[in-house]
Amino acid sequence: MTTLDTGPAAAPRVSFFNDPVIRGIIYQVVVAGLLIAFIAWIVGNTAANLAAQNKTTGFDFLWKTAGFDISFSLLPWSRASFYWEAFLVGITNTLLVAFIGIVLATMLGFTIGIARLSSNFIVSRLATVYIETIRNIPLLLQLFFWYFAVLKAMPAVRESLALPFDIFINQRGLMLPRPTPDQEFTWVMVTFGLAVIVAIALSVWALRTRTLTGRYPRQIVLAGKAADACITFLIAFVALLVLLAVIFPISNAPMLAAILAVVIAALSVTRFAALARGVLSFVIAFLILDTAIGGMFSSLPGFVTTAVSAAVALVIARVVYSGALERPPSEARFPLALMALIVIGVPALVYWLTDATLAFEVPVLERFNFRGGLQLPPEFVALAFGLTVYTASFIAETVRAGIQAVNKGQTEAAQSLGLKEGDRLRLVIVPQAMRVIVPPLTSQYLNLTKNSSLGAAIGYPELVNVFAGTALNQTGRAIECIALTMLVYLIFSLLTSVIMNWYNARVSLVER
Amino acid sequence: MSQVSETTVDRPVDTSHMQVSSTNVAIEVIGMHKWYSDFHVLRDINLKVMEGERIVIAGPSGSGKSTLIRCINRLEEHQEGQIIVNGTELTADLKRIDEVRREVGMVFQHFNLFPHLTILQNLTLAPIWVRGIPKAEAEETAMHYLERVKIPEQALKFPGQLSGGQQQRVAIARSLCMQPRIMLFDEPTSALDPEMVKEVLEVMISLAEDGMTMICVTHEMGFARQVANRVIFMDQGQIIEQNEPEAFFSNPQHERTKLFLSQILH
Amino acid sequence: MTDIGFVRADMVDARPAPHRTSGAVAWAQKNLFATPLDGVLTVLGAIFLLWIIPPIYNFFIGHAVGPAGTVEECRMENAGACWAYIHSEMEFFIYGFYDIPEQWRPNIVFALGAALLIPLLMPKVPFKRTNAVLFLFVYPIVSYYLLAGGVFGLKPMPTEKWGGLLVTLIISVVGITLSFPIGIILALGRQSKMPVIKTLCIGFIELVRAVPLISVLFMASIMLPLFMPQGMTIDKLLRALVGVTLFTSAYMAEVVRGGLQAIPRGQYEAGASLGLSYWQRMYFIILPQALKHVIPGIVNSFIALFKDTSLVYIVGMKDLLEAVKTKNDTALEWQSANTATTGYLFAAMVFWVFCFGMSRYSIYMERRLNTGYKR
Ligand SMILES: Nc1ncnc2c1ncn2[C@@H]1O[C@H](COP(=O)(O)OP(=O)(O)OP(=O)(O)O)[C@@H](O)[C@H]1O
Ligand SMILES: [Mg+2]
Repeated sequence: MTTLDTGPAAAPRVSFFNDPVIRGIIYQVVVAGLLIAFIAWIVGNTAANLAAQNKTTGFDFLWKTAGFDISFSLLPWSRASFYWEAFLVGITNTLLVAFIGIVLATMLGFTIGIARLSSNFIVSRLATVYIETIRNIPLLLQLFFWYFAVLKAMPAVRESLALPFDIFINQRGLMLPRPTPDQEFTWVMVTFGLAVIVAIALSVWALRTRTLTGRYPRQIVLAGKAADACITFLIAFVALLVLLAVIFPISNAPMLAAILAVVIAALSVTRFAALARGVLSFVIAFLILDTAIGGMFSSLPGFVTTAVSAAVALVIARVVYSGALERPPSEARFPLALMALIVIGVPALVYWLTDATLAFEVPVLERFNFRGGLQLPPEFVALAFGLTVYTASFIAETVRAGIQAVNKGQTEAAQSLGLKEGDRLRLVIVPQAMRVIVPPLTSQYLNLTKNSSLGAAIGYPELVNVFAGTALNQTGRAIECIALTMLVYLIFSLLTSVIMNWYNARVSLVER
Repeated sequence: MSQVSETTVDRPVDTSHMQVSSTNVAIEVIGMHKWYSDFHVLRDINLKVMEGERIVIAGPSGSGKSTLIRCINRLEEHQEGQIIVNGTELTADLKRIDEVRREVGMVFQHFNLFPHLTILQNLTLAPIWVRGIPKAEAEETAMHYLERVKIPEQALKFPGQLSGGQQQRVAIARSLCMQPRIMLFDEPTSALDPEMVKEVLEVMISLAEDGMTMICVTHEMGFARQVANRVIFMDQGQIIEQNEPEAFFSNPQHERTKLFLSQILH
Repeated sequence: MTDIGFVRADMVDARPAPHRTSGAVAWAQKNLFATPLDGVLTVLGAIFLLWIIPPIYNFFIGHAVGPAGTVEECRMENAGACWAYIHSEMEFFIYGFYDIPEQWRPNIVFALGAALLIPLLMPKVPFKRTNAVLFLFVYPIVSYYLLAGGVFGLKPMPTEKWGGLLVTLIISVVGITLSFPIGIILALGRQSKMPVIKTLCIGFIELVRAVPLISVLFMASIMLPLFMPQGMTIDKLLRALVGVTLFTSAYMAEVVRGGLQAIPRGQYEAGASLGLSYWQRMYFIILPQALKHVIPGIVNSFIALFKDTSLVYIVGMKDLLEAVKTKNDTALEWQSANTATTGYLFAAMVFWVFCFGMSRYSIYMERRLNTGYKR
């Protein structure tokens, strides 16, 4: 700004030193000179210090054997591995926890952000309490809490807390069943990949045809109807099976469930579709509520739980029913059920046809420890959980701000054009909100990645812990280790900002 | 009060189609009341609009003009009385509301164009997704209306690149693309500079000439004189006076109307 | 269409809405049961609250052991939070290893700080300038000598002995007061037309913002001593301060830059046309407006800094978190199932009160200052 000092008209009679251009150059030369002198001084001091401590410099240590243990690694690791391998292990561990944290925090954050905007007092207040509590407490403290106060206070291995689906929690972390697919299962995976591609292609085609001609392709509509009935049948069958098992254990329950499910599925293609949905949602809501309330208030007598669940489920069913009454006819709906059936059903069919098996290796308690299964160390669990909970509160605020940034007039304009709620969100509100949300969301992702370095404080072997911690201490190459560590984060950040710039250039609104 | 002016359009207005001959009722409001929590904004509104009628609503700021026309396409809910639009009564039933909204176009003071879509996309969005009109056809219609509002060359630009007057004309065209039977205007010119007011009024007059049923909240008294067949004066949430424009302006009856007119006509 | 003329004879008086629109019932109808779906959410929310509140209440209050309790009570089955532990270790949490007979010194520092800061934060209190000068220039010197001692017959108290909340507050207050001006200078430098200065500022800001604080702290604690001439040692607390300050000033710079960019060009030109020099223009015209715009961002940086002070634990500093963790791990006489939990919850509450207070204050200031700039 200094060069703006005087207008060009004043040029002739300024003294040499008052000429803004010259002055600017002098400033810069002085600053650069000072900086160079400072750096030279630091380099000199450092060299002298290192010489005095008999330390060498250079990156040759990367090819030496590390000789320490790393408690958790996706890459093969042994004491005989090299330092550069330790570097890679650190990076992969950082990326692993960051990736999981990002996925979970996004889901939680969006849910809470939307909940905060709810017109329902209880829902929005709960979301506010969550946000205001979590984001005002240091992350490190939260990690300590989860790690030292919660996970370390979990029962010892012998008294592990058993959760459904063979999941166990104890002081040593989280034990999950590990999927062990066999050879044939590859085919299932391949089919699944293909099915996803096919479903996407079909969706694009259907939507394009819808815009171009005004209606969805006839074949798709027909297939969609069939898929609707099919999915309804499957869901109804499973739900009824469970329901029957819960109410009265009779021997031919599967037969009965199947017959009832067929009835519901048949209803769902007639004009009583809304009724079918209502009934189905009652069954499902009842089952979920009954289990949940029974679990939450174990002291309540069974019939109270049942009565409360049934009452709430009835209201839910009523809501679903009136919602279903207002659904447009299936010709005017995107065939979601068809896509779901393709993505899930076709691989399932292949699974059945090829006799593939997907066994799960269940963690089993031996004398002193669990064997087999997927064992997640407590450091990892605490870090991933803590990062998720913490970042979700920031993402929620981002989401709320993004949605609120869309002018109320936009909704009103869309309403007055007759757009239905779903179309309004999809075509008008969400695209605008996402433009506001994505940039700060990305920086939250970056923050989460940087914050994963706090794992060092609870012993999770991520980059800072492995490299700027253990490796630095063993080799004494402080400058090299810290520089390499910082370089990795710098690259993450540069990559992100390149992507963001591209995105912003693509979506920025054109203004006059 | 926002801008009040008497812009007139200096061309003879063709009133040949403007005689209302239809006996079909487009909008009927019967004994309608509305409250914002405890505030009684609209009180005992009775209004019958025939097809092809053009109504101008005037009144001081805060008198409930916007609220009234927003009730007509149910951007706001009323609590008492009936509103019947094209024979459909407005209730909480979402299906009926959508039906009504399809037939009623609305133009807002601040345009409310969709900033992330091009002008053409703004115009075709609702025809494609609400009416299920093929894209090519929707675009043809859109271009037709863009020509009608005299900005076909802007079709591929974004709203942010247009002037206020152009944006408002796009907003009108956007509503017209749904081929509504009724158009509602809420102070369409009061956010515009004087020279832009004219271009928007031109469009509105040409709509009137085509026999569109219109309800306009506006302070453009020149426009009211030229095209309205009724002027309604509102104050304190009620209809105070209603008359043909000539009589309304030359011979106001109610004290409040006189006061209002003397203020805005100097 | 001849009888369209209508004149209202008598005005309709306002009357209350047909359904109650105020009062508890109407409120519940609007906020809890507006639609059936809302009703479902309300019921589910109520079930959730019924489930979660009793255990929380019992833990914090119902079954908790009060400050006067004993460790035996804390060890009992079903006991809640062990506040007695917090009560008995409170001194350590606040002062660390600061000698107990000397603790009046930090107390004076706390009191002085509050006496200077509170009037500074209250918009209506006069003498802002004097107050600010006292707080920014006199108070730090007085505090330093009071705490460190070694003059006026005060017992020398090395920084290794400082700890707990004292250190947390020192780091955050110093970090906030130093990073603010540095951030402004960096932001101005980034907007500068001089390429050398601009590049330097951008390089610094972007580099610091790209890396995690903990690596900056590692650098400050391990590499700073290497950079100094031989034989010169830097106090550990000072190293942490340097790290935290540099880190925050980069973020502050970005916040301030946002404010500078929001200033219309006309303001710059108006300043220039009045013949003001660059620094005068910035000080009198641009910065006051720019900073006003970004108060929330500035306070958010302060809150972030306050929370980040806990990271100095990783480079071996003794702040509040460290004090709590140390006692949790080592106070064997207080060992019980809930000791650690209570300790961390206490620390969390302390941090929360400060951070939440700051964010409320920023909302308050934002409302107050919201003069003439509203989109
Ligand atoms: N959402 C709302 N909640 C509460 N009160 C409202 C709301 N919207 C409008 N009002 C009040 O209702 C009254 C009528 O508002 P309305 O916008 O209809 O007036 P108007 O006649 O259109 O005025 P203007 O000429 O300024 O546009 C005003 O007093 C206004 O304050
Ligand atoms: Mg209005």
